[in-house]
Amino acid sequence: MKKSLTHIGVVGFVMFALLFGSTSWVQFVTADSLNANPLNNRQILDQLSRDRGPILVDGTPIAYSEPVDDRYRFQRQYGSDGLDPRAYASMTGYYSIVSGASGMERAAGDYLSGDSDALFYDKVGSFFTGEQPRGAAVELTVDPDVQQAAWDGLGNQTGAAVALDPKTGKILAMASTPGWDPNPIASHNPDEARAAFEQLNNDPENPAYNRAIGGNLYPPGSTFKVLVAAAALESGDYTPDSRLNGPATLDLPQTTATISNSHAGACRSGGRPTLAESLAESCNTSFASLGMDLGEDAIAEQAAKFGFGQDLSIPLTVTPSTFPSDLNPPQLAQSSLGQFEVRSTPMQMAMMTAGIANDGKMMKPELVNRVLNANTLEPITETRPTELSRPVSGQTAEELNTMMQGVVTDGTASVAQIPGVQVAAKTGTAQHAQGAAPHAWFISFAPADDPQIAVAVVVENGGNAGNEAYGATVAGPIAKDMMEAVVDK
Amino acid sequence: MSDSVSQAARPRPYRLAELGLIILAIVASTSAYALVGLGVDDAMPTDIYGYMAWLTALALLIHIVVWWKAKYADPVLVPIAVLLNGLGLAMIHRVDLGRVEFLDSATQQLIWMTLGVGLAITVLIVLRDHRWLRRYTYVSGFLALFFLLLPLIPGLGRTINGARIWIGIGPLSFQPGEIAKILLAIFFAGYLVAYRDQLVLAGPKILGIRFPRLRDFGPIVIAWIASVGVLVFERDLGTSLLFFGLFVAMLYVATSKVSWIIIGMSFFAAGAVLATLLFSHVQQRIDGWLNALTAEEYNKTPGGSYQLVQGLFGMANGGLVGTGLGEGRPNMVPYAESDFIYASFGEELGMAGLFVILLCYLLIFERGIRTAQKLRDGFGTLLAAGLSFTIALQVFVVVGGVTRLIPLTGLTTPFLAQGGSSLVANWVIIALLLRMSDNARRPVDEFHTGVLKITEDPDSTTASARRRKKSADDSDRTDAEHRNSPSDRTSSDESPTTVHATTPADEAVTTNLSTRRPSGPDQRPTDEPTQGGDR
Repeated sequence: MKKSLTHIGVVGFVMFALLFGSTSWVQFVTADSLNANPLNNRQILDQLSRDRGPILVDGTPIAYSEPVDDRYRFQRQYGSDGLDPRAYASMTGYYSIVSGASGMERAAGDYLSGDSDALFYDKVGSFFTGEQPRGAAVELTVDPDVQQAAWDGLGNQTGAAVALDPKTGKILAMASTPGWDPNPIASHNPDEARAAFEQLNNDPENPAYNRAIGGNLYPPGSTFKVLVAAAALESGDYTPDSRLNGPATLDLPQTTATISNSHAGACRSGGRPTLAESLAESCNTSFASLGMDLGEDAIAEQAAKFGFGQDLSIPLTVTPSTFPSDLNPPQLAQSSLGQFEVRSTPMQMAMMTAGIANDGKMMKPELVNRVLNANTLEPITETRPTELSRPVSGQTAEELNTMMQGVVTDGTASVAQIPGVQVAAKTGTAQHAQGAAPHAWFISFAPADDPQIAVAVVVENGGNAGNEAYGATVAGPIAKDMMEAVVDK
Repeated sequence: MSDSVSQAARPRPYRLAELGLIILAIVASTSAYALVGLGVDDAMPTDIYGYMAWLTALALLIHIVVWWKAKYADPVLVPIAVLLNGLGLAMIHRVDLGRVEFLDSATQQLIWMTLGVGLAITVLIVLRDHRWLRRYTYVSGFLALFFLLLPLIPGLGRTINGARIWIGIGPLSFQPGEIAKILLAIFFAGYLVAYRDQLVLAGPKILGIRFPRLRDFGPIVIAWIASVGVLVFERDLGTSLLFFGLFVAMLYVATSKVSWIIIGMSFFAAGAVLATLLFSHVQQRIDGWLNALTAEEYNKTPGGSYQLVQGLFGMANGGLVGTGLGEGRPNMVPYAESDFIYASFGEELGMAGLFVILLCYLLIFERGIRTAQKLRDGFGTLLAAGLSFTIALQVFVVVGGVTRLIPLTGLTTPFLAQGGSSLVANWVIIALLLRMSDNARRPVDEFHTGVLKITEDPDSTTASARRRKKSADDSDRTDAEHRNSPSDRTSSDESPTTVHATTPADEAVTTNLSTRRPSGPDQRPTDEPTQGGDR
C-alpha cells in the first residue's frame, strides 16, 4: 500500500496546487479585469460608500457626507443652515445610489471621491499621518449673497440668473428655477430614490434643466443689440454718435412684413437716433436696419468672438448658443434684434456682458474656486483666471460701457439704478411664440468704472407679469438685487 | 530488541509544541474576532473576553485530553483545527454584523464547536485503539446508509436550497451525510482490508490491466450505487462527488491497481453525463460555470451565476492582501458565512490569507497521509488515508467551485463554514486522526506496560498472536521507508485484533504517562528513527 499511498498523497498535493493556482488566478492575475467588469456592482457600491468630500460655498458645505450605519456608510446631504438645497441644486446636482450623479457631483466627482490623480501627493501624505482617507473638498466660486438674491428674485417664476466676476470669470451666482431638492434622490432607500428621480424628470416644469447653462435656450431679444452695436463699432464705420435710420415702422425687403418699435413710434431724434440713443431706448427699427447694413457675416463673426457656437465647460457643460446662418434680409433684420433663430444661454449673455465690462477681455467662467483637503482645508489646487478671448477692442468696450450706462441713466433700464454706483445694463423682451408672453431679459454690470459683477437674468414667459412683462420690470429688479449684493459690500 | 535502542529511538511526544501552537492559534483567532469588531463598528466586540475564554477553554481541554490519552499524537492537528475554527467564527461574526438584521450565528457556531470538541474528547477517551472500529465494519456500513436515507423520511427530512440532505428536529437541523462520511470511511477501510487480496489477485486481464471479478466488487458497487443514488435523489452533488472520490481513493490505496482508477473515472464520467442529461439543476450549474461572466447567466433566476460571480468580484476586490477584516463587503455574496466563506476570507484577508488557510488544510492532509504511512495496520492506514483524503477532496470541491476551477457544488468548507453537522464531523475526524497518529508514533513498550494488554479474539490462532507481537516489536521503526512490505502484515487473513484496557482506572494511565515520559540527555531531539535500527 506504500506506493499507492504516495500516489494519493501526490494527487492531494496536485489538488492543492490547483487551488493555489485558481486562487491566484482570481485574486491576482484576473483581479483587475474582474474589478472592471460591468457586472461588478461592488465597484459602484465602493464609489457610493466613499467618504466623499463636501462641496463648499464660502466655507459652508452645501453638499456633504454624513456617516450612517448602512451598507453605503455615508449619506449624502444637501444644503445647510441658510443655504437652501433647492437654490444650489443647479450646481451640486445629485449623488444617487440608483441614478448616478449629476451637476458638480459628477463633474468634480474625481476630486470628491478622492480618485483624482491631482490628489496623489495628498493621499500619500494622509497615508503617513494615519488620517482617514477622504475625498477632497471642492470650493465653489459662488457668493452666497448673490446666489440668494438671484434665488429670491426669481422666486416662483421660471427662469435663470447668472453673475460673473468680470475680472476673473468666477461665477458668483448661477440660479435656475424652479429649483429642486437633491436630498430625496440621494436617499439610500432605492424605491424612494427612484421615485424622487422620476418625479424630478417627469415634472412638466422641467426643474431638472439647468436653465442658466443649458436645457432651455432662449432668444436673447434686445440684449442681443449690444452684440450688434459691438459689431458696428468694431467695423470702424460707426461710432456711438453715428446716426441710424429709426422710423416707427421699417419695411423689410422681399416681404410684406414690417418691424416696428415697441412703443409704437419713431425713435429719438425724429427717427434719426444715434447708435447710443438706439441702444438706450432699444430702438428696433434702427437696429434692424443696422444689422442689414452690417451683414450676416459681421454679426456672426462678432457673436462667435463672444463665444456663440463654442463648447464650454465650467466644468459643468454649457450648451453652445447659436446664431443662424444663410439668412435673407428680413431674417437678418429679425436676428439683429435677438429674435428669429438666435438662441442663447444666460451664461452666454453674462459672458458677453462681463467681456465688455472687463475692457474687452472675456474671462473663462469658472465654478470651482479651489480644491481643498477635506480634513485640513489646505488648498490642493486653485483655479487661476484664464482669458478666453478678446471679442472687442478696449476702445469698443469703453464705448459700449458708456452706451450701456446710458441705458440706465437715460433709457429702458432705469430700474437698475443704484444710488452712488454707476450701472451699465441692457433690457430684453423676447417674443418666442405666437400669443405667448415674452421672455424678460436683463444684462448689466456694476460699478461701471470698476466692474465687480456682470449679470444676466432671464424670466420665462414674462414671469408673474405675463403679457405685461418687460425685461426692465420683471428681470431688472432681480439683476439689481444681485449687483447690490456685491457693490454694497 | 534491546531496551536501550528503543530508548534512543523513542519519539518525543511534542505536547509542549502543541500547546505553543494552540496559544498562537487562539491569539490569531481572538485578534481576528477583535479586528472584525474594530473594522465594522470601530469598537472592540463587547463579548471579546468571553469569546477568548471560551475558545481557550475548549482548546486547552482537548489539549489536556490529548496529552492524557494520546500523548504521541501529531502536535499540529489540534492547533490547526482550533485556528481554522476560530477564524471561521470571526468571519461568521463578521457576516453577522454585515447583515441588515443582526443574527447571532457566531454564538450558535461556538455552541456547535463546543459539541464538536466534546465529541472529539469523547472519541479520544473511549476509543483507546482505532482498530477497535474494525469490528464494526458492517455496522458502520449500515449506519452510514441509514444516516444517508434519513432525510428522505417524510416529516423528518428537510429540503434547504433544493437539496434534501437535512433532517430537522424542532428548531435544530442536521446534515446526517456528514456523519455518514466518517462511517463510510470506516466501512470501506474494514471491508477493503478484508477483501483486498481477492480484489488484487483475481479477475480477468484486459489489455494488460487486471480487472476484478464481478462478485468481488459487487458489494462495493452496491454500496456505491446506494450512496450515490441516495444523494442523487437528495439532489446534493457535492456530497455525492465527495463520497465517490473517497471511495475510489481508498480502493486504489488498498489495491494499488490502476484499473480501479479507470473503472472509477468511467463510472464518474457516466454518472456526470447522466446527471447532466437527467437533472436540470446540474445543467444549470454547468452553464453557470462555463458562462459565468455573461450578463445572461448572471441575471438568471433561479440558477445562474450570480453567487459565483459575486464571490469572484469579492475576491478580486480583496486582491493580494485584502481589504482588512470588517472593511470589505462579503455580505454581497449569498451564503457568505457558509458555502462562500472562502470568498469572504479572500475579500477581507486577500490572497495572502487564503494561502494560509489552504496551507492549513494541506498540513492536515499531509499529516494524515504521513500517519497512514506510519501506521502498522492496514485498517488504520486505509482509514487515515481515507479521512485525510476526504478533507482534501472536500476543500478541493468547495474552493475549486468558489474559484471557478470546477462547477459549483454545495459543500461546506471544513471548520470554517457555518454549519453544525460539518463542524462536529470534522472534529471527530481530527480525533480519529489524533488517535491513529498516536498509535503510529507510540513506542512499542508503551503498548504493553500493564495499562494496555493485547488480547486475542477467542477464534484467533496463536500464529496470529505471534504475528501481532512481532508487529508490535517492529513498531519503533516508524519510518515507512524501513518497514517491511506493510501489506504482509495487514493481509486479509489477519484476524481482528483488539486492544482492551485491563485496568478500569484511568488514573493508572495518567500515572503511567507521567512516570514513563521520556526524558534525559540521551533523548533524541526528533522522532526520526535511527537509520538501520536493528536490521
